[in-house]
Amino acid sequence: LLLPVFQASKYSSLWPLPQKVQISEISFKLSGTSFKIVDAKESSAGSSCSILQSAYRRYYEYMFGSAKKQWGGKNRRADLTELHVWITSPDSECDAYPGVTSDESCESNYASCLETFSQLVYEDEYGAKNINSSKISDFPRFAHRGVLLDSSRHFLPIKVILANLETMAMNKINVFHWHIVDDQSFPYLSRTFPQLSQQGAYHPYTHVYTPADVKMVIEFARLRGIRVIPEFDTPGHTQSWGKGETDLLTPCFSGSKPSGTFGPVNPILNTTYDFMTQFFKEVSTVFPDTYVHLGGDEVDFTCWKSNPDIQKFMEQQQFGEDYSKLESFYIQRLLDIVSTTQKGYLIWQEVFDNGVKLKADTLIHVWKGNQQQYQNEMANVTASGYQTLLSTPWYLNRISYGQDWQGFYKADPQDFKGTDEQKKLVIGGEACLWGEYVDATNLTPRLWPRASAVAERLWSASNVTDIDDAFNRLSLHRCRMVERGIPAEPLFSSYCPHEYKGV
Amino acid sequence: KKKNHHVTRFCCLQSVKGVWPLPQSFTISSERYPLNPQAFYFAYGKQSAAQEGCSVLDEAFKRYFSLIFPDYISGSILQFSEDQPFTVQVSVGLDDCDGYPDENSSEQLYTLCLSTGLETFSQLVYQEDFGSYFVNKTEIEDFPRFQFRGILLDTSRHYLPVRAILKTLDAMAFSKFNVFHWHIVDDPSFPYQSRTFPDLSAKGAFHPMTHIYTQSDVRRVISYARMRGIRVLPEFDSPGHTQSWGKGQSDLLTPCYRGSTPSGTFGPVNPALPSTYKFMATLFKEVSSVFPDSYIHLGGDEVNFSCWKSNPDVRAFMQKMGFGTDFTKLEAYYMENIVNITTALNKTSIVWQDVFDYHERIPKDTVLHIWKGDPASYEAELSRITKAGYRVLLAAPWYINHISYGQDWRNYYTVQPLNFSGTEEQKKLVIGGEVCMWGEYVDATNLTPRLWPRASAAAERLWSDEKQTSNVDKAFPRLQDFRCKLLRRGIQAEPLFVGHCKHEYQGV
Repeated sequence: LLLPVFQASKYSSLWPLPQKVQISEISFKLSGTSFKIVDAKESSAGSSCSILQSAYRRYYEYMFGSAKKQWGGKNRRADLTELHVWITSPDSECDAYPGVTSDESCESNYASCLETFSQLVYEDEYGAKNINSSKISDFPRFAHRGVLLDSSRHFLPIKVILANLETMAMNKINVFHWHIVDDQSFPYLSRTFPQLSQQGAYHPYTHVYTPADVKMVIEFARLRGIRVIPEFDTPGHTQSWGKGETDLLTPCFSGSKPSGTFGPVNPILNTTYDFMTQFFKEVSTVFPDTYVHLGGDEVDFTCWKSNPDIQKFMEQQQFGEDYSKLESFYIQRLLDIVSTTQKGYLIWQEVFDNGVKLKADTLIHVWKGNQQQYQNEMANVTASGYQTLLSTPWYLNRISYGQDWQGFYKADPQDFKGTDEQKKLVIGGEACLWGEYVDATNLTPRLWPRASAVAERLWSASNVTDIDDAFNRLSLHRCRMVERGIPAEPLFSSYCPHEYKGV
Repeated sequence: KKKNHHVTRFCCLQSVKGVWPLPQSFTISSERYPLNPQAFYFAYGKQSAAQEGCSVLDEAFKRYFSLIFPDYISGSILQFSEDQPFTVQVSVGLDDCDGYPDENSSEQLYTLCLSTGLETFSQLVYQEDFGSYFVNKTEIEDFPRFQFRGILLDTSRHYLPVRAILKTLDAMAFSKFNVFHWHIVDDPSFPYQSRTFPDLSAKGAFHPMTHIYTQSDVRRVISYARMRGIRVLPEFDSPGHTQSWGKGQSDLLTPCYRGSTPSGTFGPVNPALPSTYKFMATLFKEVSSVFPDSYIHLGGDEVNFSCWKSNPDVRAFMQKMGFGTDFTKLEAYYMENIVNITTALNKTSIVWQDVFDYHERIPKDTVLHIWKGDPASYEAELSRITKAGYRVLLAAPWYINHISYGQDWRNYYTVQPLNFSGTEEQKKLVIGGEVCMWGEYVDATNLTPRLWPRASAAAERLWSDEKQTSNVDKAFPRLQDFRCKLLRRGIQAEPLFVGHCKHEYQGV
């Protein structure tokens, strides 16, 4: 078995690859004792900007954490002693949340610039930190670069969520899609309906996210330029909701008697919509992002079909036998409810496929099918004028033997037949790590560095496709994540100068 | 206390939580005893051949106390309690407290395999919702179906820190694995620091200081394993899989030729030079003394002949020896020499099946390690090799480095090691099996969740009675519980499917 031969890339260990980069041969020494990251005189942001100050400290630790810092030692000549960060945006967004319109060009966005700078720092054979003089101009190809985590199939302790937010920032991922509840468990502790988690979580105390937990995740993400988009998926995927909210789910029937089991959310009761109104009102205040994900996928019609009240309703509404009309009826009302909370929404592709009437700024999330099928879907969605996100080729929960990161790297969200206008409607994509087989014991190595491949595809230029160069850079980037305490798994036979210190 | 008379099992397995692998005979009653950590003792029975001062057992008692009472912090205020002291009395038939586990450790009588009995007992203790500990009255009679139950770790494709190896040994003991097959060196790197040939790791390791196993590291692993009744079987694989050996031992590997000039690359070990055998004899002399197990794995797999073919000296040697152009004869010649070396050192050899397939003349007590192919292939190989009178180990269905989406533990669980055509005598030659975790895509960042609990599925297949453990659906809840137990014990075992454990993994 021959090893893919690792060779140094001319782009060093940069990941994702910046839009324009030139690294010269001229190197400068950096010293941990004398190096400072400071606001430039001309910067519109200053020492009161908490986001920046946190970031300066974080990146200092990344760059010099492994080096021994001596106090008051001989002031050996360091070539480079200061990094000046110059924020040019007129209103310093220090206390704002990152949003869909955030300018992430390196000229403006501290987070991506600092990350890139820290990636240029390397250790020479004497263990000293160096950086080569470089010229970089950078901005992301796509504005929405996300990772989905599923905390319902398995509860994810806060610590592992935070560690992965940290890692997302290292990869310039800027959206955390929190698929927080689903059939199996409801860990979200709702202020308005505390019985939802009381009855629906795996355990009401040890397997829940309190309001403080949620705040912590949101703030931690904010400091790293990451948006938190929650998903409360209905009307399917809601088994756990029914434990604390009786009458929410449809009772299934066996002949003329209730079978004891329940199906999707009951779309014919007014109480359903009263509940959703109050629930999403809370959600809209707890989660500051301007968007919320409403799910809408995989609705199984069998239970609805079996219920006599629903059958009556179908007749009254003249839907005939077409239950997708009933699904649309529900979704329509839900979307109207959410609109009143001033949020935009994302929905899985089924909602579009079933012809539901959607607002113009709806984001459609494509997740189904083989390559041909999702490319067709992307074409159809954008032809209808909707913005879209791609996830289909990036279901990272689907593991297989070998270097599958290469397949993720090759997929391109704009790879479909369409006009330039259509392609502009593709605002990005998301790597999904569904939780059927994943929890804190194996999440981080399963996500990284495989999600890094997706991160580069969504950030770098479309012609960055050299897989051998990617292997070289990604190998080093992976070792860097390990050095920063993240158990990112190996790409292939190899070693890192600083191996993972956990067990 | 383990009773020795035969007990008929009548009870429902559903009530058995987290006992894995399933004992041969196991009856649990509803009568239960509360356990108070402050009034709980392990003691040696009067008839026990081993008594106080037996290092392995004393260590085990300490270790199992913490495993049984994970919440107990010693030094807590002594509570007034009327609990009768609960004593687990341990008796062993043979005192080998200072010995190493070996192939004969009949895991019933010997001291070193008392760990399996303690392990079973520890799995029976459970906590109620209020935190109190209980154990139900249980009758157990237990012994393993196969005596060789191994895990292979590969520390060449990726270096594994000693800590990761020790953690694996802990988890192995929980599933009653008893052999650690250490595939210590291979093509990519040579981390074993030899005292006779220090250049091997100085030039062949990924890094000569940080990515090596010193002699004391190796001793540590062996002693840690010994305390858990686990044998350490080293593998020094040759003549293939040796690229890293050539860095520190020039002239060991065959120089490949392009036409009439050396190409600059190297192939397998050079079988045509006497210096090769001198080197191997010296190296294996060291290995035999460093590793106390009476078995040694010599590899012998996947030898690529093209480099040998290209080398004129090797071709000349072939002529001289009368091998013609049949390079399998050259490989046979090489392997036979190596096996002779280790035999002279009083070790029994284990080799990969390739050695048998190439019709090499090997001592009758050599064990063949079957690794290739689908069930049809390996079943045929099992028949062939046992028919020829050799003992075999089965690894082919348990290459758990081959990950896939879904509950693949079921595939490992449903393997039938004796499902091949052969006589009863032949079937007796199957001494066990091995779970292989090859290292191409594995290092300390993902080793533990990838190994556990999937390897445990194979553990039950190797220990338990096949008839009682043929239903995957019945095994599922028990394995899920066992997995939660592993978490409780600090093993980062991944989930089988959706669900939760009372105590989740709190790391990253």
